[in-house]
Amino acid sequence: MTPLLTLSGLTKTYPGVVANDDVSLSIAPGEVHALLGENGAGKSTLVKMIYGLVKPDQGGMQMNGAPFAPAEPRAARASGVGMVFQHFSLFDALSVAENIALGMENAPGMRILSQRIREVSDTYGLPLSPDRIVGDLSAGERQRVEIIRCLLQEPKLLIMDEPTSVLTPQEVEILFGTLRKLSADGTAILYISHKLEEIRALCDTATILRLGKVVGTCIPRETTARDIAEMMVGKVLSTPTRSGAALGEPVLKIERLSRPSPSAFGMPLREVTVTLRKGEVLGIGGVAGNGQDELLSALSGEMLSPPGMITFKGQDIGTLGPNARRRLGVLAAPEERLGHAAAPDMSLTENAMLTGADRENLVRGGFLDWPAARAFAVKIIEAFDVRTPGPGNAARALSGGNLQKFVIGREVMQRPEVLVVNQPTWGVDASAAAAIRQALLDLAEGGASVIVISQDLDELMEISDRFAALNEGRLSDPRPTAGLTVDQIGMMMGGAHGMEVAHV
Amino acid sequence: MIRLEKRPRPSRTFAWATPLLAVLATFFFGGVLFALLGKDPVQSILTIFWQPLFGEFSFFYRPQLLIKGAPLVLIAIGLSLGFRAGIWNIGAEGQYIMGALFGAGVGLAFYPAEGVFIFPLMVIAGAFGGWAWAMIPAVLKVRFGTNEILVSLMLVYVAEQFLASMSLGLMKNPEGFGFPGSRNLQQYPSAHNAEIITNSGMHWGVVAAMIAVIFAYVLLARHRLGFAVRVTGEAPRAARFSGVNPGRLILFCLGTSGMLAGLAGLFEVSGPAGQVSIDFNVGYGFTAIIVAFLGRLHPVGIVLAGLLMALTYIGGDIAQSQLGLPAAAIQVFQGMLLFFLLAFDLFTNYRLRFGRTEAA
Repeated sequence: MTPLLTLSGLTKTYPGVVANDDVSLSIAPGEVHALLGENGAGKSTLVKMIYGLVKPDQGGMQMNGAPFAPAEPRAARASGVGMVFQHFSLFDALSVAENIALGMENAPGMRILSQRIREVSDTYGLPLSPDRIVGDLSAGERQRVEIIRCLLQEPKLLIMDEPTSVLTPQEVEILFGTLRKLSADGTAILYISHKLEEIRALCDTATILRLGKVVGTCIPRETTARDIAEMMVGKVLSTPTRSGAALGEPVLKIERLSRPSPSAFGMPLREVTVTLRKGEVLGIGGVAGNGQDELLSALSGEMLSPPGMITFKGQDIGTLGPNARRRLGVLAAPEERLGHAAAPDMSLTENAMLTGADRENLVRGGFLDWPAARAFAVKIIEAFDVRTPGPGNAARALSGGNLQKFVIGREVMQRPEVLVVNQPTWGVDASAAAAIRQALLDLAEGGASVIVISQDLDELMEISDRFAALNEGRLSDPRPTAGLTVDQIGMMMGGAHGMEVAHV
Repeated sequence: MIRLEKRPRPSRTFAWATPLLAVLATFFFGGVLFALLGKDPVQSILTIFWQPLFGEFSFFYRPQLLIKGAPLVLIAIGLSLGFRAGIWNIGAEGQYIMGALFGAGVGLAFYPAEGVFIFPLMVIAGAFGGWAWAMIPAVLKVRFGTNEILVSLMLVYVAEQFLASMSLGLMKNPEGFGFPGSRNLQQYPSAHNAEIITNSGMHWGVVAAMIAVIFAYVLLARHRLGFAVRVTGEAPRAARFSGVNPGRLILFCLGTSGMLAGLAGLFEVSGPAGQVSIDFNVGYGFTAIIVAFLGRLHPVGIVLAGLLMALTYIGGDIAQSQLGLPAAAIQVFQGMLLFFLLAFDLFTNYRLRFGRTEAA
């Protein structure tokens, strides 16, 4: 069969970094092709070239045998390339149909458009009502809006950038059903991910990128996940280890914690109840936007709660602010590195001061001890292998993985008794992620209790003793991780959202 | 096509070069403006910047530099704390007036008694007046989420009405032959903010400004509260996460800037101005906003900017009387300074790119 799209020798250089170096691959009609690689391997740059967002410096592309060089996304769409981005570009206050109309070149009238949205959603098993307001939709449903927007243009090649990071396992199954149908109809799919099991379940072929170069191709069904991972990382991975010591007495008790969300489209917390024991790692899963941010701020002290809801070793801490909780030993690391966990334009020394002031004795009578803060920053940089010229560097000059190591390291080094982290390895390369997970496990081993809020189920299964899921601001009963099946996890996460709209 | 591109990190060179470039651009375009008005541009600029410092009558103008610069610096230091944290007190003019009214009110209440305690009491009252006036927008913001820019600005006009009412009514000089305005505090020794060294321009307001500069410098560089101010300005969520209470910070920043503006008003009314009168305020509270930004919101920068602004005031007066330049032209000249400062400021965070650039 003639390939639908052929890339030959694509090279793209940015100042100081080669994003893509002589990348070639070809995709046949109806093929599901995986593009694998760590963060920064050059996956995004490559698909941006196909979608006309970036122009290659060298090399060329062919579509159905003819030269293909889209100058802008519109040209790429006209040639039959559709793309679903990792971050949605939707307006919360508009309906599904209105959002879709906004993204189309020549949108038909609302009635016809709604009709067509229903048709496509029936054909491909993507339950979605065109009249609903996007602000009320779950992440999975929002993704369906984006997918349907693409499908209405009847693409020959559909590019999906990390589509499952926001989905429950059941929603992933629905998505895979859709993708398989599309593939059977002859639509080629370029599937970007770093989740290996998914790729093994879905994709026909895989191209693996590392540091901008193609380092291998494989047939995922016939290759083990471990082998693929080692191709991606380029070295043998060490799996985090822990000893599985017996759990100690209860440390942190959360009882019927209910708080309204501070932001308009946030999620209120509804009667969250859980007890954290000494030396335990509690994993909290769930689709993004189900109360993760709110739970973290309720625990960090950014959001206060009435007495009786949060107790630490018998002391009520719900009414205490962040610094009072830190002094007691309850520490947190939020998800958003730049702007929340760290001040982007401030140096690492200043960022070390940000949360370390009290526990590391960096303040004397209200006056800041900068040499001590600098020493603390250096200690974090050394202990967590943060790659940076020095503690005087601004936080935003660090790569995502390095800053995350710094942010997690800053809290771990303060010897917390309870540490709450949200998305500790989000957007972090595999070896840094392994280091961060190991640090959390070591912390638990040393007698601290850790709450890991994450959307990466593999991560939670790997490091947590018990697992619970947030769904619509409610926390499921925690269960021991050992022996949990994917189905059970999926049901705890609330099953598939919006299944009542259409039947698959 | 020309487009702006965000720099990966702010340019340090530009951060420091911007004030100089702004001054140079103001010289140039101000010169063009004066030329269009039919004046010799070089002579006009020299009159404004050279005469007060090194001219024939500089012995008279140099002390004026301190007298005009001190209130600007004092107010700008307070404003800069709030501006750093993203809390915009635009109503320093009103707080300045209220400080003067409170302070002068206490002084006049004791008239004609003499005593060493009177002036210190006036200072406290002046600080209190400015502080209380600034607490109105602060409390409204913390309690109801109102916009402090609008509230503080509107309160300036309320304060001006108070000033008019006081100089025509309650504080009017009973021996003033019916003229509006209070007794002259310069003629009331216990309440007079006299020069500490004669003919130096050095009065207690200058001392207060110096103390405020040192205080602000230490606060921002070494103290936890100053750190909270800086983090709040840089990343409000990170500040909250680090334990800063945003409400308390608003109260502190608005309160401090109001207090310093009130002090500036008190030192002015009891010293150089001498009396409460309808036209007592001359816009120090608004000009101080320019001074704060011209000085990069940095205490040392503010001192330099305050002196520079004072210079344009004094030089502008000379240019008006000697060259017949209209007062409006001088104001345009001062406005240019802020305009160019903000314009060049853009290049600290952005750079110009020529030609077509692709989205990355």
